Amino acid sequence: MSAATSLVPETFAQAAAALRAAGAEGQRVRIVGAATKSRWGRADAPSDVELHTGALDSILAHNAGDMTATLQAGVPLADAQEAFAQAGQMLSLDPPIAGAGDVLGGLRGATIGGIVATADSGPLAHRYGGPRDLIVGATIALADGTVAKSGGTVIKNVAGYDIAKLMAGSFGTLGLLLSVNMRLHPRPERTATVVGLTDNARTLQQAAHALATAPAELEALDVGWRDGRGRLLAQVAGPRSEPRGVRLAGELRNAGLEQVELLVDGGSELWDAQRRAQRSSTHATVRVAARASELASLVATVQRCDGSLVGRAARGHSWLTLAPASIAQLRSELPAGATATVQDLPGEGAREDPWGPVQPALLDLTRRLKLRFDPTGTCNPGIFVGGI
Amino acid sequence: MPEGSPELIQRLNEICGREFVLTHPHELATYRSDGLLHYRQVPVAAVLPADTAQVAQVVRACYEAGVPFVARGSGTGLSGGALPAPDGVVIGLSRMRRILSVDLPNQRVTVQPGVTNLAVSHAVAPTHFYPPDPSSQIVCSIGGNVAENSGGAHCFKYGFTTNYIQALEVVLPDGSLVTFDRDAPGYDLLGAFVGSEGTLGVACEITLRVIPAPESVRTLLAFFADTGSAGDAVTAIVDAGIVPGAIEMMDQLSIGAAEQSTGAGYRLDAGAALLVEVDGPAEECDPLVSQLTEMCESAGAFEVRAAADEAERDLIWRTRKAAFASMGRISPAYYVQDGVIPRTRLAEVLRQIDGLAADYRLRVANVFHAGDGNLHPLVCYDDRVAGEAARAEELAGLIIKACVDAGGSITGEHGVGVDKKAYMPSMFAEEDLATFQRLRCAFDPDGLANPGKVMPTPRLCGEVPGPYRQHPLERAGVAERF
Repeated sequence: MSAATSLVPETFAQAAAALRAAGAEGQRVRIVGAATKSRWGRADAPSDVELHTGALDSILAHNAGDMTATLQAGVPLADAQEAFAQAGQMLSLDPPIAGAGDVLGGLRGATIGGIVATADSGPLAHRYGGPRDLIVGATIALADGTVAKSGGTVIKNVAGYDIAKLMAGSFGTLGLLLSVNMRLHPRPERTATVVGLTDNARTLQQAAHALATAPAELEALDVGWRDGRGRLLAQVAGPRSEPRGVRLAGELRNAGLEQVELLVDGGSELWDAQRRAQRSSTHATVRVAARASELASLVATVQRCDGSLVGRAARGHSWLTLAPASIAQLRSELPAGATATVQDLPGEGAREDPWGPVQPALLDLTRRLKLRFDPTGTCNPGIFVGGI
Repeated sequence: MPEGSPELIQRLNEICGREFVLTHPHELATYRSDGLLHYRQVPVAAVLPADTAQVAQVVRACYEAGVPFVARGSGTGLSGGALPAPDGVVIGLSRMRRILSVDLPNQRVTVQPGVTNLAVSHAVAPTHFYPPDPSSQIVCSIGGNVAENSGGAHCFKYGFTTNYIQALEVVLPDGSLVTFDRDAPGYDLLGAFVGSEGTLGVACEITLRVIPAPESVRTLLAFFADTGSAGDAVTAIVDAGIVPGAIEMMDQLSIGAAEQSTGAGYRLDAGAALLVEVDGPAEECDPLVSQLTEMCESAGAFEVRAAADEAERDLIWRTRKAAFASMGRISPAYYVQDGVIPRTRLAEVLRQIDGLAADYRLRVANVFHAGDGNLHPLVCYDDRVAGEAARAEELAGLIIKACVDAGGSITGEHGVGVDKKAYMPSMFAEEDLATFQRLRCAFDPDGLANPGKVMPTPRLCGEVPGPYRQHPLERAGVAERF
């Protein structure tokens, strides 16, 4: 939706003042980072003001010795990773940074604020979880102009409520992330990637299970399915990656996978492809959370929908790419307990609820929380579950 | 006893059965305090529900009677988190100790809240384990771990309770039942709930993620002349990009106390002992033993031992885990603190603590998780000497302040509870605290769930602020306003 006014605050105080003014005047604010996920949620919800975080783009602190960093919300993830890499470190968060159909070129890609707000993640989620597992503190602005912090800059801290986690995945509906404090990890100097193929979904699931339960300390464990063919990818990191990779390749063969390959200190294009497949400009992408043991049945659904799939095998997170018309079929075939959230969706105009059903008691609590944090309905109204 | 309590007790009897509703002062003695014994309060009743449905009914009964309640697991908490409210009810979860399912294909275990931490790892051994490992893991309950977001020695590498909770079935403060699932769309209410110290509801069914047990575990024990050189070794290890499963440090006073309990052979002439454990694939782990030994020696270690087998590893760990309990051998009483500092400020803050201890003419033993900067200074005092307890408390407060001033936290894993709530303003401004309260009020507008904890001063919620009020139709889902 186009908004009448566009604001680009340069300081926390300006951002808070902009929210307060909008809140007081009953204006609806749409928070925008790099706009790589602007089609997510109920993207057709109207807004009066666009608040861009692009000028809040400073790395406020990188405490290399303590392996933490404080980033303003508008810092592009790629910029932050470059800075951390100079100290031999990384933020263990690797979602796709280009939007659907974007060719990055001169663009810097997704911001840390947008990634945290949408709880987006990539293959490293296998070991490190999502933004909520790496965020150790945050500073936020609320619709009444309050600027508040929670957590801290140390990795271990249980003082006060974990508002930073609450902000992760909240799509900006509780307030504006101004800055986030993230835990970092050492950047491995050596890695090994193994990949194997199969056209049998059950073999794929069993191979994934074998690797997920092996004491291999995997950085990533991904699956993919397209055109009747499945693939399994696993990565290890550490000085002895090569012999570990050799062992893993053996396990893949034992599990019945074919064309097993070992790529020492390589394979980044394979992982890039996994990430890229979480986006689509021509089809719908649906994030499905199901148990790891449901992979084969999910693949069967994907085939019936003429779609494709990538995902984190052990965590049970999959991104399905299919025609928008197949979303209803997907929802009807979901395994018990699984959830499906539509992310990218081609075309303009009104869209169906991308969130899927939410238990009524949970929705009630969700509404109460929204009312406490944003009683004026200022922050990203209408885009979240239950129309929040 | 507040007005209406006889009716509440009657209602609790109907829900749980008379034998599981304790009201006699003798029966209630156990529930006066948790692991932090200097806060005591006898509740009006302690109820021991058998299942989730009973918990929900008990909470509902408290809600309708306007009586505060606190859930209690094994009572091992160290912040007074399970301290009853003066007119409150304790909901003891000790009867709910069943492991409901072990689903290894999905690496998930579902338990009732009274199940102990160690029982989870036992249930999935030998192929898997549950990483968060508080020192009290033999007895502490998973429900309590969820309330406190418990850590432990291995969280530097593996993370905390919150990283391993997949789903929670929660009784909210009005008695209604909700499920929080990590993977469900919506707010991360699970993330907000874990570590909320019993103030947002009662977790009745907990689904945990377990991970493969490491192939190799190698444990080293190094002795140094002082904590400064042991700290240098920690820095060298972390700067080399090594992520040990655990790095634990004990100072001379705590070594002496713990050795009296375990006789494990720690060097009593050492100013500091450093326990370093690496785990993972054998190819990575095994070569690290010599590398770590060299690093410790370069930093000044005068002896480095590597555990040859599981029995030796156990002995090394037993001494570390006995440190708190052994303090009674060297001091009639002590305050345990839980401050966190950025690891890089370790030497400086330890020097500050030494200086403060000298000023106050008190001994402070240090035993801590060195990897993540989580200090556990134990301020020793004699409660029979007039004024010494007050002096020790003051010193403990200054130690916390030193941690916060260094950019750290007042608590790394024990929780705020009643014990540290007075220190919250040293870390958080009024705007921060008011924002915390918004969360609490969304869950518990009447303030009945474990009141008097976490927040430094009592606060009321009042009505939902702002011009918008939820219309009954909206609440029923008939109409929406957003």
